Amino acid sequence: MSDISVGERLLSGQPGSTEPGLDLFDRGGATLKATPFWRQAASTFFENKLAVVSSGLLIVIVAFSFIGPFIYHTNQVAANLLLENQPPSAAHLLGTTPAGRDVIGRLMVGGQSTLEVGLGVGLLATLFGLAWGTIAGYVGGIVDAVMMRIVDAMLSIPFLFFVVVLAALVQPTLPLIILVISAVSWLSTARLTRGETLSLRTRDYVGAARVFGASGWYTVARHVTPNLLGVVIVNGTLKVADAILIFASISFLGLGVPPPATNWGAILTAGVNNLFDGYWWQLWPAAVLIVVTVLAVNVLGDALADVVEIRLQRR
Amino acid sequence: MTGYILRRLAQTVVVTLIVSVVVFILLHELPGGLVRAQIGPRATAQSVRELTIQEGLNRPLPVQFGVWLWNALHGNLGFSYKLNQPVGTLLAEFVPRTLLLVGSSLALAVAIAVPMGMVQGLRRNKVDDHGLTAVMLTFYSMPSFLLGVALIVILNLWLNVLPSTASDYGTSLVVDFRDLVLPVLTLCLGNVSYFSRYMRSATIDNLLADHVRTARAKGDSTRQLLMRHVMRNALSSTVTLLGLSLPYVFSGSLIIEALFNFPGVGLLFWNASQDRDFPVLLGVVLVVTVATIIGNLLADLGYAWLDPRVRYS
Repeated sequence: MSDISVGERLLSGQPGSTEPGLDLFDRGGATLKATPFWRQAASTFFENKLAVVSSGLLIVIVAFSFIGPFIYHTNQVAANLLLENQPPSAAHLLGTTPAGRDVIGRLMVGGQSTLEVGLGVGLLATLFGLAWGTIAGYVGGIVDAVMMRIVDAMLSIPFLFFVVVLAALVQPTLPLIILVISAVSWLSTARLTRGETLSLRTRDYVGAARVFGASGWYTVARHVTPNLLGVVIVNGTLKVADAILIFASISFLGLGVPPPATNWGAILTAGVNNLFDGYWWQLWPAAVLIVVTVLAVNVLGDALADVVEIRLQRR
Repeated sequence: MTGYILRRLAQTVVVTLIVSVVVFILLHELPGGLVRAQIGPRATAQSVRELTIQEGLNRPLPVQFGVWLWNALHGNLGFSYKLNQPVGTLLAEFVPRTLLLVGSSLALAVAIAVPMGMVQGLRRNKVDDHGLTAVMLTFYSMPSFLLGVALIVILNLWLNVLPSTASDYGTSLVVDFRDLVLPVLTLCLGNVSYFSRYMRSATIDNLLADHVRTARAKGDSTRQLLMRHVMRNALSSTVTLLGLSLPYVFSGSLIIEALFNFPGVGLLFWNASQDRDFPVLLGVVLVVTVATIIGNLLADLGYAWLDPRVRYS
């Protein structure tokens, strides 16, 4: 890498002259070479063996849930009481549920809604929290104070109690559940983005953009938000893991989507209810899937945090 | 400082008010209405009409809220439809048990997580640190009821060290302390994983701080360093963490109480939601919200007390 900065190189040549100093695209001699960010990020990521394994596991789990049903055909709609609580056999490799459905097929269907809720909440909460935090941090003053007091207030409410009240009123659907979990998940994202925005908006390049006449919106979109993305993506990844856990808890309280729809939390709950009958196949496969998925997402989040950290160190 | 406390208390009042308005409105959307929730779907139109007038449910919603608020301020939170007791009496019976559960599990969690996080920070990236991190991350990645079930399987089915039937509580706080083991342990382990992770990075940060390096140069032993210079700083931020985790702990106790049939305020609430017992639901939400906010305030004040550099204005 050249140790001559762009500025020095520009100064070393006369404007309009053909001296080599001016040629920024000079292909011979001292060129300005830096490893592209993405390549560096990728190498940091792939150095982390655990993260690579986690990514692999997540791909397998997604494929199991979404492609699996096309290969492994089971009836997941009708209950069959003649087949209830069957132990694993050749016909049903992991046995059957209390309603006589095949457990593997059930885990596939349950995986779909579980992953959908996780990703849905991750996206929705991140986008909303990002918007809220950036606006509060960038505008500042009374707007910031009001917006952040709202966040503080909502953070101090034990949210599961509201879910219970809400579920007593309406029949939960998947989009509603995503909305409800997002309603609590965006709060910490908003706090995080606000803090980052506060520090970013005092940077020289943001000031320079303002001096050049850039509007507030343009500055936020072009100079603030892109610099937030790393931190926010890490945060969003961890939100996915949390959402899967919250969804499981909601289902345990009996407030999930009613059958024949299902999710891993609901499968797990059915298994818990039959714990003392010794129907292990109804409980542990779902338990392993949830824990492995959440663990993998968390490890992935940590690895991404390391990648972002590298970028921060380079600045 | 006094101004700060007053402002925070005012904030508590505002949040509590908003929360109760929201819950009040939500509950008035009950399918079939509040009267049906009380006397069931087979009541005659005549009795529905009479009870509606008797309970004042035909008045405008703001008026009803005003009446409820006025009564609540006078300590009257209404009367449970299903349990046939004043809500205040029910809360007085169930809330202390939850406080006992939450309090002892938090205390235990701090007692385990603080030394553990410090050891991990000290032995950063060694085998034992990685091992503990892996175990804690696994706990962290479990739904709390699954953790509870795993403990039931281990302690009850395999080792058979705990009674498998719950005691009949009546109105007493605790009957048999063995009943508390599983709920407290479950709630505690979830928090240990959260606190120790934080304590580990706080220890690492503090070990690199200038004042610690100075102390080390002056010849302090590792033990002295940890006790005098690292733990104090790291602990004070744990207090904040404790305050912030309160809403999650209360939410967690809702699940744990439902799982272990522990008769605390969470179980009371959950049963009330199944029975559509409106005054109980409203009363519990109110009490839990206020408890959380006050707990948060206490944590913030404790932080300032432990760390004199922190000043609120």
